[in-house]
Amino acid sequence: MSDIGFVRTEMLPEQAPPASEVGIIGWMRHNLFDGWFNSALTLLSVYFVYKVLAALVPWILSPTWDAGSLAECREILAGLGREGHYAGACWGVINERWIQLIFGFYPAELYWRPIAAFILLGVALAPVLFSDKVPAKLLVFSALYPFIFPWLLWGGTIWGPISALLGFVIGWLVYSAVDKAMSNLVGIIAGTLAAVIWWLVLSGYFVGAMDTIAAIGIEPVESRKFGGFMLSITIGVVAIACSLPLGIVLALGRQSDLMIVKYLCVGFIEFIRGVPLITLLFVASTLLNIFLPPGTDFDIILRVLIMVTLFASAYMAEVIRGGLAALPRGQYEGADSLGLNYWQSQRLIIMPQALKISIPGIVSTFIGVFKDTTLVSIIGLLDPLGLSNAIRADANWNGIVWELYGFIALLFFAFCFGMSRYSMYLERKLHTGHR
Amino acid sequence: MKKSVILGAATIAGLAAGAAAAGTMDDVKARGKLNCGVTTGLVGFAAPDANGEWQGFDVAVCRAVAAAVLGDANAVEFVPTTGKTRFTALASGEVDMLARNTTWTFSRDVDLKFEFVGINYYDGQGFMVPKSLGVSSAKELDGATVCIQTGTTTELNLADFFRSNNISYEPVPIETNAEAQQQYLAGACDVYTTDASGLAATRATFENPNDHVLLPEIISKEPLGPLVRHGDNEWGDVVRWTLNALISAEELGITSANIDEMAQGTENPEINRLLGSEGTLGEMLGLDAQWALRAIKAGGNYGEVFAKNIGEDTPIGLARGLNAQWTDGGLLYSPPFR
Repeated sequence: MSDIGFVRTEMLPEQAPPASEVGIIGWMRHNLFDGWFNSALTLLSVYFVYKVLAALVPWILSPTWDAGSLAECREILAGLGREGHYAGACWGVINERWIQLIFGFYPAELYWRPIAAFILLGVALAPVLFSDKVPAKLLVFSALYPFIFPWLLWGGTIWGPISALLGFVIGWLVYSAVDKAMSNLVGIIAGTLAAVIWWLVLSGYFVGAMDTIAAIGIEPVESRKFGGFMLSITIGVVAIACSLPLGIVLALGRQSDLMIVKYLCVGFIEFIRGVPLITLLFVASTLLNIFLPPGTDFDIILRVLIMVTLFASAYMAEVIRGGLAALPRGQYEGADSLGLNYWQSQRLIIMPQALKISIPGIVSTFIGVFKDTTLVSIIGLLDPLGLSNAIRADANWNGIVWELYGFIALLFFAFCFGMSRYSMYLERKLHTGHR
Repeated sequence: MKKSVILGAATIAGLAAGAAAAGTMDDVKARGKLNCGVTTGLVGFAAPDANGEWQGFDVAVCRAVAAAVLGDANAVEFVPTTGKTRFTALASGEVDMLARNTTWTFSRDVDLKFEFVGINYYDGQGFMVPKSLGVSSAKELDGATVCIQTGTTTELNLADFFRSNNISYEPVPIETNAEAQQQYLAGACDVYTTDASGLAATRATFENPNDHVLLPEIISKEPLGPLVRHGDNEWGDVVRWTLNALISAEELGITSANIDEMAQGTENPEINRLLGSEGTLGEMLGLDAQWALRAIKAGGNYGEVFAKNIGEDTPIGLARGLNAQWTDGGLLYSPPFR
């Protein structure tokens, strides 16, 4: 037996991995050229990407920003020796019309108002969207914002939104007074009634009276002046903001034990979901016109807003019902066993979980609603797509298609992508995956 | 307030629909603005420019009426309407008049209860083909693929024409004019058919317009004109005679250049009656004496409006053709101002 043994007493120094396994080469070997099949696919894909870019990039890089008409664009391109149908994009149309595509026919000197409205929208949304980073006191502003938003966009006397706000205050005062004196349900009914009476009957006199005392207001802008992305965003934001609470109420109503409430909600949801949005828009734009007496000025955008909101809320209700259904029965029973009443258990136990589960569905519905706003072009409202048609009707720009649609698509993509990224951030923050 | 009005109104709407339509002129004057229905955009006929000002041949009619009634050619609220919403917009009172490339047909006039007050453009359906196709008549189009807008009278006219000539075709359905241009240029169809004015406007946008020809056949009558609701004859008269004033002005040689001079009074009594220095025509319409003067000043006489928006010096480049004065072999023939 020889006692020759080898025991290593020190570790070998670490060596750099082979050059073929790290860095850009290693990455490419692992991800792009892993075997002959993947290498072939990679080369094929690169070829396709190259082909597409080779056609697209020269088209996009076209020095036509200052051209005044399609003919001028063609002259510029011909001067560069580029001929043919796809010689280059004609960006002059975007240069001339981008403001119109964004603001529609809104008076130019009042552009600050929609801009302010949408910046303030961000401020109002911040405490809701990023609750961990923004002081909660801002929520007061968020609550007031629904009254500031229409006032900034449509203008007019300041007493209109104030009186609308007063309706809520009065309703709440009546509710709390009756709630103490009698029962909760009577309080809700009395409070709602008081608010409705105020809005329908008294607020008109209030606004008139206050206007004669102190006429504070900004220049009113008619709905007809709305257009372009401003119109899309207005419809989208209002429909999104109103459809979430409406959808929650409808989803709860659908699960309710109260028969009338339940069947009203089921009927509403199924009816609205059974009808295409475009049909509802036609009802808003033409059928209502026939039913209402001539001369009734029921604002077209208001009609569209109501219809889109109803449409979105029916879908929202089903998304949230999905979230409610996904909750284990034990959560409901647990809430009951703690002695919470219906609203407390919804607020503290059920809704936070159900909404959390529904986030992807809710955001998809939001994105869908925002894109559906382009349907209003069919009833003659000049949203970006409607405007693109109107712009083409200018003899200077007749025949331009891709540039306009590309620009519109880019803006829509920016908004929708933003919403989608936010939903992913929210999911990460709330850990909805039950991991 | 609004809601209670709406709810109560829904019940009586049927009754009110007919009655409240009377007195459009008073409504317009009280409002201080004319609500005029136009297209959402059609080259040469109505389109907003970069500043949001509407321009075009149909728009000019709206402006002339506003100038006649309200004294201000800019006191117009242009309401864009689509082919689907235009008639309800007019019937419901959302607009006071429609100047929207609308073909005057029996059923629209009688069944839909509108009143076409005249014709401001005589159009007709034509064909455009690439020169390389080597076709000189629509009757040689046997077996051709045809780009056609769906759901329009052009579709029906096309079927009639091909059937009566006993030749076949293959339709390529398209939705909008812009789509048609792309399809036609991409070679998806041999022929593009729509109103001749639209064809001319489309051809003008091509890179090489001379590679395409309009065939001589015009297969339908498309008299386009402004319309108002049935049953409000005072208002109908105002719109009708405003249009006639523009047409007569061209016939009588009144232009925006010489109109102020002519308004002082001329040898020609009809000019004097038209421009208000003689007679009481304006009063009969319920307007003042200078109504026609203002209407013509708004954009010039018919010929000037035509030349500015769709005439031969514009990119659209339409010849007067049927739309020339009757004295020049066209169909424009305004009844006399007497």
